[in-house]
Amino acid sequence: MDLIQLAVPVLLKGLWVTVALTLISVLIGFNLGLGLALMRLSSNAFLAGFAKYYSNMFRGTPLLVQIFIFYYGLGEIGLVRDNALLWWVISDGSRCAVLALALNTAAYTSEILRGGLMSVPLGLVEAAQACGMSRLLRFRRIEFPLAIRQALPAYGNELILVVKGTSLASTITVLEITGYAKRLMSQTFAIFEIFAIAGVLYLVVNLVLIALIRSVERYLMRHEAQSKRVSRPQLDQSAAA
Amino acid sequence: MEFGLLQFWEAGWVLAILRGAAVTVAVGLFSMVAGIIIGIVCGLIKWAKIFPLSLLVDGYTSVVRGVPELLVIYLLFFSSVEFVTRIVTAFGYTQAAESGYAFVIAVIAIGAISGAYSTEVVRGALASIPDGHIEAARALGLSGRRIFRRIIAPQMLRIAIPGINNVWQTTIKDTALVSVVGLQELLRISYIGANSTRHPFIFYLIAGGVYLIITLVSQAGFDRVERLARLRTRG
Repeated sequence: MDLIQLAVPVLLKGLWVTVALTLISVLIGFNLGLGLALMRLSSNAFLAGFAKYYSNMFRGTPLLVQIFIFYYGLGEIGLVRDNALLWWVISDGSRCAVLALALNTAAYTSEILRGGLMSVPLGLVEAAQACGMSRLLRFRRIEFPLAIRQALPAYGNELILVVKGTSLASTITVLEITGYAKRLMSQTFAIFEIFAIAGVLYLVVNLVLIALIRSVERYLMRHEAQSKRVSRPQLDQSAAA
Repeated sequence: MEFGLLQFWEAGWVLAILRGAAVTVAVGLFSMVAGIIIGIVCGLIKWAKIFPLSLLVDGYTSVVRGVPELLVIYLLFFSSVEFVTRIVTAFGYTQAAESGYAFVIAVIAIGAISGAYSTEVVRGALASIPDGHIEAARALGLSGRRIFRRIIAPQMLRIAIPGINNVWQTTIKDTALVSVVGLQELLRISYIGANSTRHPFIFYLIAGGVYLIITLVSQAGFDRVERLARLRTRG
């Protein structure tokens, strides 16, 4: 009981840091990822190549190495140290973690969105073209909504990976759930209990995220539910006939 | 920056990095083997819905896949440290066991993580085998063991290859996490090098490069295996 009174408030303090890290990096990472996916699909060989190498590099190396390169490595370069904005980002653990997480999730997001964009039927895009839609309008009204619908389940998994990735920020002095949990483990020696409480917090964050993704999915798929309701009885009738 | 590649070579860091890379690959391979064994057993339990066990497996996969890997590693390391040091000192091998112990716990931790992901891959592969195949085998009067060996296992393995490839890629990247508890693998060696030479950038960049090489080479290997598996079905 004492342990719970000691550990829960501390870990809850960490929960907010975890949530903040996740939200900010997802916000940046999604937009970067969308940009990268579009670059990858563009006919410009340089842009497509850059996006491809970017995604292979970030997906082929551990996130922890990326965090170490940004946090410990970049500070060594004079150019970065002299640039006020870059130094502001690099010098602080949590800002650095957000940078690494955002760039990392952008790589995975770009692959997911690219898959979604490639699944948009060509005929729909041609129809939109034939209607005289501009490129931007076409993307906004036709391609993006269809792509995101396709990509959403995979993107939900990626969000959970970002939540889990925030735990690595604890290695560069950021105290979020895992950071506090490690500290509590070495203070109290109640290792399993601390793990259980921290684990529950992570599971709650993940469940909330999954519920959110499900409701967005249901919102985007609202036509499906209707058409199913309409088509089922029709099918039954034809079977009866 | 006076610290060039030449000094890097002369100070013996290349050998150290290579040794670290070997440890990384070894941890990855051992964990992957453990993970696949766990995955096949748990995947079968989950697929066949063997009642009390399937609940346990569900608990295991959802906890391990929902909780950060780092937290799982801390749990296993911290909870075993006291226990193991007591045994080791009782037998009197304090020095020799130190590094071996970190390796074993690392394999257990990473193996448990890759096992949870493999379970899902195996379950998915089993679910995609058409029921008709198993029914047909049963109608031919094949025994349960033979149905598994001749019908289920070959199809499952072929379908599971891409998924297992993904699990391997995350497993090899997860091995970097055990550096935080002191196992001298690739990232730990780079950390030591970065601290002792005060040139973190080059050391972490090289570590990243080595990881990239490992993942790219294994990706090529998996592509080949996948092609072979596909050819066999046609022939």
